[in-house]
Order: sequence, then C-alpha cells, then structure tokens
Amino acid sequence: MNKEVIIIGGGVAGMQCAISLAEMGVKPTIIEKSDKLGGKLNDWYKLFPTFTSASEVLNPLKDMINELGVDVKLSSEVTKLEPKSVTLADGTTMSADAIVICSGFEVFDARLKEEYGYKIYDNVITSVDLERMFCEGSVQNLDKNSPSRIAILHCVGSRDEKVCQTHCSRVCCVAGVKQAIELKELYPKSEIFNFYMDIRMFGCGYEELYKEAQIKHNIHFVRGRISEAAQTIDSKIQIKSEDTLIGRPLKMTVDLLVLMVGMSAGKSNNSFATTDGINLNTSGFISPKNIFTECVSSDVDSIFYAGTVTAPKNIGESITEGVAAAHKVAKFIKL
Amino acid sequence: MARNNSWQEYQKDIADDKYFYVRSCIRQNFFPGSERVFLNILRNDLGLDVKEEAIHTSCTGIGYHSDIVPLETIMAVVARQFALMTEAGYENFISSCITSFGIYTEILETWHEFPETEERAREDLYKATGRVFNKPKNLAHTSDIIFHHREKIAQKAKFRLINSKTGEPLKVVDHIGCHYAKLFPKKGVGGSEFPYVIAGMVDSWGGDIIDYPERRHCCGFGFRNYLVKANRGSSVANSQKKFESMAPYKPDLIVGNCPGCSMFLDKWQYTIHEIEGVAYGENNRGIPTLTYEEMAGLVLGYNPWDMGMQMHQIDVEPLLDKMGVNYDPAEKYLGVNGEYIGRPEDASINTNCY
Repeated sequence: MNKEVIIIGGGVAGMQCAISLAEMGVKPTIIEKSDKLGGKLNDWYKLFPTFTSASEVLNPLKDMINELGVDVKLSSEVTKLEPKSVTLADGTTMSADAIVICSGFEVFDARLKEEYGYKIYDNVITSVDLERMFCEGSVQNLDKNSPSRIAILHCVGSRDEKVCQTHCSRVCCVAGVKQAIELKELYPKSEIFNFYMDIRMFGCGYEELYKEAQIKHNIHFVRGRISEAAQTIDSKIQIKSEDTLIGRPLKMTVDLLVLMVGMSAGKSNNSFATTDGINLNTSGFISPKNIFTECVSSDVDSIFYAGTVTAPKNIGESITEGVAAAHKVAKFIKL
Repeated sequence: MARNNSWQEYQKDIADDKYFYVRSCIRQNFFPGSERVFLNILRNDLGLDVKEEAIHTSCTGIGYHSDIVPLETIMAVVARQFALMTEAGYENFISSCITSFGIYTEILETWHEFPETEERAREDLYKATGRVFNKPKNLAHTSDIIFHHREKIAQKAKFRLINSKTGEPLKVVDHIGCHYAKLFPKKGVGGSEFPYVIAGMVDSWGGDIIDYPERRHCCGFGFRNYLVKANRGSSVANSQKKFESMAPYKPDLIVGNCPGCSMFLDKWQYTIHEIEGVAYGENNRGIPTLTYEEMAGLVLGYNPWDMGMQMHQIDVEPLLDKMGVNYDPAEKYLGVNGEYIGRPEDASINTNCY
C-alpha cells in the first residue's frame, strides 16, 4: 500500500501511534527533536498509582519500534507544518499521506514563580528533579538516618492566572502523593507535608493511594498555598502558608521544598497553529476538532493528534490516544 | 548555587538627567539631611539637572491609605504635581517617598486602564486651579536615580562599604518598602521578590547584601497599623520579626528605601528594647539604620553630622568607625551654624557612649 504517515514527537503517544500504524501495514516515520525516543518518561522513576518502573512501560514500546522497523529521525525538529508535509530545521521537506502531532508538553518553568526561589535556593527542587534523584538512589542533603522535614507544594504552574496557566495539569496531585510516599520510604524518619488547594484524584486507584499516604505513611496534607519561601542561615527553607481549614497562618522550616511543576503547552504549538485549521486553546494546548467525539482529529483532514499536545494527560491516556489516532489515520487514508 | 541574578529580569527605564523632584512628607523630618544630600549628590557630584518647586505639596498618600483622602481628591493632587512639572518644562518625575511613588504609579496605571478617571482629574484640576498637565515621560523613585548612577558614585567614592580594619565587605540588610514593588513588581528594579535597587548600590560600593528569611516582610508601618494607636503593637511585632530573622547574620547596617520603614527600623529597636529588653546589633547597641541617600553620602565622603545622622535613634559611630569615616565627635550635636542643638537623654539601647 505504501501509505506514509509522519508522527511528530517520539514520546509514549507517538511511539504507540507508530506501532499501531506499522501493525496495520502503514509506513510511519517518527520525527523526534531530542536524541532519543521516550520523551519525558525517560527521566521518570516510577509511575503512579502502581509504582511501576517507568522503564517497564518505555522499554516494550522501544522494543516494538525496533522490531517493526519504524523509521525514526532523532535530533530533528519540525519548523513548518502543512497538511501533507513538514519542513525540518535542516531545510528537508518530507511529504506524507497524513500527519499525527504528538509533540507533548513542556514542564512548567518554576523560576517564573520567583517567590518559591527555584534555582536560587539549593534546597528548592521540582518534582522532575526529584524523579531524577530517585533514579540516582538518593535525594540531595537528606540523610536516611536523620529526621528531616519535607514540604511538597502542589499546583506550581497550574491553575495560576498570574503565570497564564489557568488549566489544571491533572496528574500532579497523584504524582505529589506518589513522591511523598517514595520519600517516606527512602527517609522513614522524615515528616512530609503536602500543601494543596484541591486534591483531584481522578484516576483508578488514585484515591486509594491518597488514603494510603495518610493512613499508612502518616503524610500530612495541608490545604493552603505556600506564599513565600526563603533560605535560612543554615540553608534550610522557611515557608509561609495558611492552613485554610483552620484559618490560621503557618510558618515552618523544611529541609527540602519540592515544587510539583505542571504541564505547560508545547513550545512548538504556536508554530503549528500558523497552519489553517490548527487552533490553540487559552492555555496554549492545541484544540482538537471536538473534545468528545473527535479528540484526536483536527480541522485539517490529514492532521491528527495524540497525547498531551491537546491537554494534560497521564501515561495511559496518552498511549490510548496513540492507538485512537492510528485508527483515525487508517480510516482517513482508506486502508 | 549561583548568586541570584533574577533581578535582571526586571529592568525599568530610568531617565539619565533633567529630573523634576518632589519631596517626602516624613523623610525630611526623621532623616533631616537625606533629601539635601540627594540634591547635592545629583547637582554637585554628578552635575545633573534637578528642579524642585517650593509650591509642590504632599501627595496625600498617607491620608489616602488611611481612608481619609478620597481617590478623586488624590488624583487631583497628583495632577497638580504633574502640572508643576509641566510648567517647569520637565518630563522626568522623581519622588522621594515610596508611598508617593506607589501613589503616582497607581494613579498613572488607573488612568491608563480607565481613561475616564484621567479626564475627570484633568477637569477637577482645571476647575480648581486653572492648570493643565502632561503625564511624566519617566517616573522613578529617587533610589532608582541613585541606583542608575551608582557606578559613577563608585568612581568618586572616598569610602567603600568595607570594614577598613578587616578588609571584609560590610554585611548590609536592605529594606525596600512594600509600595515600591509589591504593588507593581515591574515598576521596581529587580521586581518584588528579589529587589535590586539598594542591593545594586551595595554591590557597586563593596558591601554584601544579606538575603535573610524575612527580607520581604513589611516593616510594620502599614498606615493603619501605626496610625491607630491600638494597632501599634502589631507594627512593632512586624519589625521585631525582621530583626529576629536578620540577627543571626550579624548585619553591620540596615538601609531603608522608604522613609517610613527607615524610621521604624531605626526607632523600633529602642522600643523593643524598652518593652522586652532585647537589643540587636554588635554589643547590643542596635543596628545602625540609614537611608540610601545617607549611605551614598558616606561613600562620597560627606560629613555624617551635616547629613543629620545625629538624629538617628541608633548611634551610627560603630558603622563610621568600620568604614574608616573621619568624624568629629564634638560636632555631633552642633547644628548647621555651629549652634549647639542639644543632646538627647541616654536611652536604654544607646547610652550616648560615643
């Protein structure tokens, strides 16, 4: 049949879409701007709510890509999108029968929330930094044999009009609970406080994990935002907040402050949106044709979406959209 | 971790010259030489053009923030200040007070967002005084001006913010004042979280800024906190929170941006000692508290007593000694004409031992 499909982005959604298309006999080509497949999952340690190793999800996908002989172009960035072709940064133009945009999201830059002191104070880190530290087996400045106090702040760069991020990133609530449990297991003598404005446990097993964190691991949940973080003379972090359930201001000093950074719209979305029929929503994610019935379709017949390019999603949802997009593509190219 | 340079994200345009200057109501009372020193530095040391009109008034900001002066009234007052600037042929408006700077900024922003309020202010001013005005091309606080020219001042420095005996940088606490950048972060050098207006001066003149946990906390002035007598405990408590937080860093001096903050951070040290018997600073004699004009004046070699530093609650002599500033103790209580102005009674925190 020799039908060709370009997949922009080699994260889990893009890989799954390529696998599904290849299994249907289509020739997919993945264009990935980094030097390896896997996207942000490469930097993740374990996945909520099951604590499954990220590699257990990633490696089978990578193996299938190899087995099926999917064409992969690494370190290649799409600079121009047209209904049936893309132009790469090196000037190469590639044509295809259909295009699936799976370019994902950006991690919110926590430096924009200056009041938390990220990249200014040593002991303020993000949830992404923490995953990397988990992969390395230890967390900076924390001693397994000594008590420590850790604060986890939810919604950094989510539901925040001040930084133009009005959307909920969805997965950070349960990720914060997961990381709190992992910290408690690594540092059993530690005291852990999760500061939240709402806890949104939308997925299967999430609410149970939230309950387990409180009952089994004695993790504290404080309903209140942290207003300010500042470094003390001994390099700890003084935080100010309000416990809105008891209506009292709160100040404490912690050894580590973890910022649960949200999902921001992909940087390439703006350039994609210069193509007629590709539209962005208020937070900069790409709007699908219909959020109920055509959530992987665009207003351009030959362009489709999968994964977090359209909204924050978890791993399972992204992979499912990869399958769904493949089927929409198959119908479009009349396999 | 690398030194915080996030202030560089917040740059503001500051005019190079030709300033129309309006004074603070309270700075010249609590720190009587500061405004004169500022004018001398700009005119004599830097050769700049600064215009001041004797008929300018208070901005009425304290009344506004105390719910005494209505918005329409303060807009008309501000419009008159701008009219004086316009009549004098100037475009760059500089204010000596943080409260005023906040007021001018707020009103210009209000006029921008709600043009009908500007029309109303123009009408009110014309009916009341027959004056018309142009809005300033550039609005800055006077500390912005010193910050803008800080390297030129550094080139003319006779003393640096360095301990002349040890060669170590002096440890400086800056206090920016809530109305400088917390209202409109982009209108302040460095924004509101890591303000750089005073820190920039300190960097250029050899000192080290202390980034202590309560650096951003209000001094406690808060208008109604202080103006309502029953609330003054809250005002003192806020200052105390700052002193407790900065004390472990052993600061050599505090530099205030706002006239009110400088006054409270100076005088509340005495009050706290009277109430609780707690004294801060070396040898429990308090932490010298300066205005940025006084700091610039010391760097340029001005006589501390000519700058009115004998009026401080906390004695400044330990700081002068550290900097190696020459001063005559006998001149401390002599006024501008050499007339004896009187010596205050010994206070619990500083016992006139200098």
